[in-house]
Amino acid sequence: MLSVTNTEEVIFSPELVTKFKEIVSRYPEGKQKSALLPVLHLVQAEFGWVSAPAMDKVAQYLDIRPIEVYEVATFYTMFFLKPQGKYVLEVCRTGPCCLVGAEKIMKHIEQKLGVKEGQVTNDNLFSWRGVECLAACGFGPVLQIGPEYTFYENLTESKVDELIDNLKLTTAAKPVDQIS
Amino acid sequence: MARKLLLEHINVPGINTLEVYRQQGGYRAVEKALKTLTPDEVVEEVKKSGLRGRGGAGFPTGMKWSFLAKPEGVERYLVCNADESEPGTFKDRYLMTYIPHALIEGMIVASFALGAKTSYIYVRGEMMPQIRILEKAIAEAKNAGFLGKNILGTGYDLELYVQPGGGAYICGEETALIESLEGKRGNPRIKPPFPAIAGLYNCPTVVNNVESIAAIVPIINDGGDEYAKVGIGRSTGTKLISAGGNLNKPGVYEIELGLPVEEFIYSDEYCGGIANGKRLKAVVAGGSSVPILPANLILKTLNGESRLMSYESLADGGFATGTMMGSGGFIAFDEDQCIVRNTWNFTRFYHHESCGQCSPCREGTGWMEKVLHRLEYGHGKLSDMDLLVDVSKKIEGNTICPLGDAAAWPVASAIRHFRDEFEWHVTNPQEAVQRNYGLAHYADPLPPVGEPA
Ligand SMILES: Cc1cc2nc3c(=O)[nH]c(=O)nc-3n(C[C@H](O)[C@H](O)[C@H](O)COP(=O)(O)O)c2cc1C
Ligand code: SF4
Ligand code: FES
Repeated sequence: MLSVTNTEEVIFSPELVTKFKEIVSRYPEGKQKSALLPVLHLVQAEFGWVSAPAMDKVAQYLDIRPIEVYEVATFYTMFFLKPQGKYVLEVCRTGPCCLVGAEKIMKHIEQKLGVKEGQVTNDNLFSWRGVECLAACGFGPVLQIGPEYTFYENLTESKVDELIDNLKLTTAAKPVDQIS
Repeated sequence: MARKLLLEHINVPGINTLEVYRQQGGYRAVEKALKTLTPDEVVEEVKKSGLRGRGGAGFPTGMKWSFLAKPEGVERYLVCNADESEPGTFKDRYLMTYIPHALIEGMIVASFALGAKTSYIYVRGEMMPQIRILEKAIAEAKNAGFLGKNILGTGYDLELYVQPGGGAYICGEETALIESLEGKRGNPRIKPPFPAIAGLYNCPTVVNNVESIAAIVPIINDGGDEYAKVGIGRSTGTKLISAGGNLNKPGVYEIELGLPVEEFIYSDEYCGGIANGKRLKAVVAGGSSVPILPANLILKTLNGESRLMSYESLADGGFATGTMMGSGGFIAFDEDQCIVRNTWNFTRFYHHESCGQCSPCREGTGWMEKVLHRLEYGHGKLSDMDLLVDVSKKIEGNTICPLGDAAAWPVASAIRHFRDEFEWHVTNPQEAVQRNYGLAHYADPLPPVGEPA
């Protein structure tokens, strides 16, 4: 559901706005609404999720009504309407991946992270969820991590452990103010 | 070795770059089309080739192109459907990852044929790495003069852009895709009007699958007649098959249409047989939406003829004993897989992905999911199977877009062919939760290819 927990004003950096501009230039005059999905992806990559104030700001930028942004952000599953872990592990849960062990992998992730689907770990580093077929069925089980949407294929429990441990290390190596 | 028209050079190092792609003969089709052919002549070659849309419906591409309205002074658009979300299908992602210029080259030729000055490739949002790959390839092509103003000095202008989706299976349906590209929810439109008359921004629009567009390149290079010689009957050319599930060598294979299914599953050139020495129980041959078939019926038609990977042979027997080519998402189930569980999983998928506009689809998929869930978890009734068939019939044909049918067919076919497995779930609820029904009489009764019968 739409979350209005965050009402702070959102500022789009000049770099972000430059990218918005380039995107809008891809469509005919007056069809700038076409930029909505790409722009929302950029906003999510920057802030980790799309808050109501961020959506209002997008509406303002694209000169459309806020409801036009809300109805789109709530329709598409990729947009997070509340804050997530820094790394969101999205595991394919669809039939073909289940034939090769996706359900076992999801159970393992739940145990390893100690949080249920959709919840965030105490250190705010991880959340996870099942998603639908990622077009990698021949290389399942598979998971992706945004905002780059890097794919991790042919997963085993030990590969998942290694991945999670590595992500923790990468984050630990960075100064605290760069996290999130 | 079978003929390859799309993936011939896939193993050449650096084939993802313009330079290597050109060394392997890339962009010849652009030169040939723009410099020596008229747009109508390009359409004519595509008609002659017999190419059928690779996105699922199998509609002849050349014919679709000839339906495009061409009113004076109105823009026309070509939109490539790279939404690839049909469970079991992963060929388009593969093609875009490893040989992106094949798609770009096809887009240029197809746009020229249709008279489009701006074209879009709509890629599902999860494929961010592929979006970056395509954007890089587009920049390279533009640098080399294959895109932009006055391409190769011919006076033809074309801009090509990549558009990300947002994670919604329904946006693969062409009118939902157009809505999404306009920045809206992916709600399919009522047809008519068809996109060929009023599509993107209300302008005449053609939507084609990635593989269909890429196939334009060999068609123009060799001529439509040459292309039509590959394949069998009205199933011309080659097809990318995404092979997944319990196979020794899952992956993307380019086959000549007409290859026996048995050879595809068991020969070492393709899938190399069923994984872990197990036996084949069932196959979904064309992506999750097409009817599931038990092993004996996927290998041979009801008449005992060898079943082939072609539009006609896969459909032989209609829905009673046949299936469909669909998107070429070939999913193999070994003897340890539970048909009820998989049917529940697929139905959960369709319920999740229904856009919610039509009551039969929105409600019906939810009911079927619930009933299948209770069957799988040992709370089913013997009357549930008839109930499921009844609900599926009420969805089929009563919705705005074919997602309703796509949700109904897997359920109806699973019950048609595996009713005793569903019944066993009711009569043995405890056991059903713990173990799989097993092979029963669905087991592949045939010896592997190469062994005497
Ligand atoms: C629910 C649904 C999902 C679809 N998903 C895709 C898809 O992911 N990719 C695709 O090319 N076609 C998909 N299609 C088919 C398209 O509507 C359309 O027929 C196709 O893109 C036309 O291209 P083609 O003629 O080259 O096959 C889907 C259709 C439906 C009803
Ligand atoms: S059939 Fe389903 S997905 Fe298609 S328009 Fe109707 S509700 Fe939406
Ligand atoms: S089913 Fe998991 S990627 Fe397709």
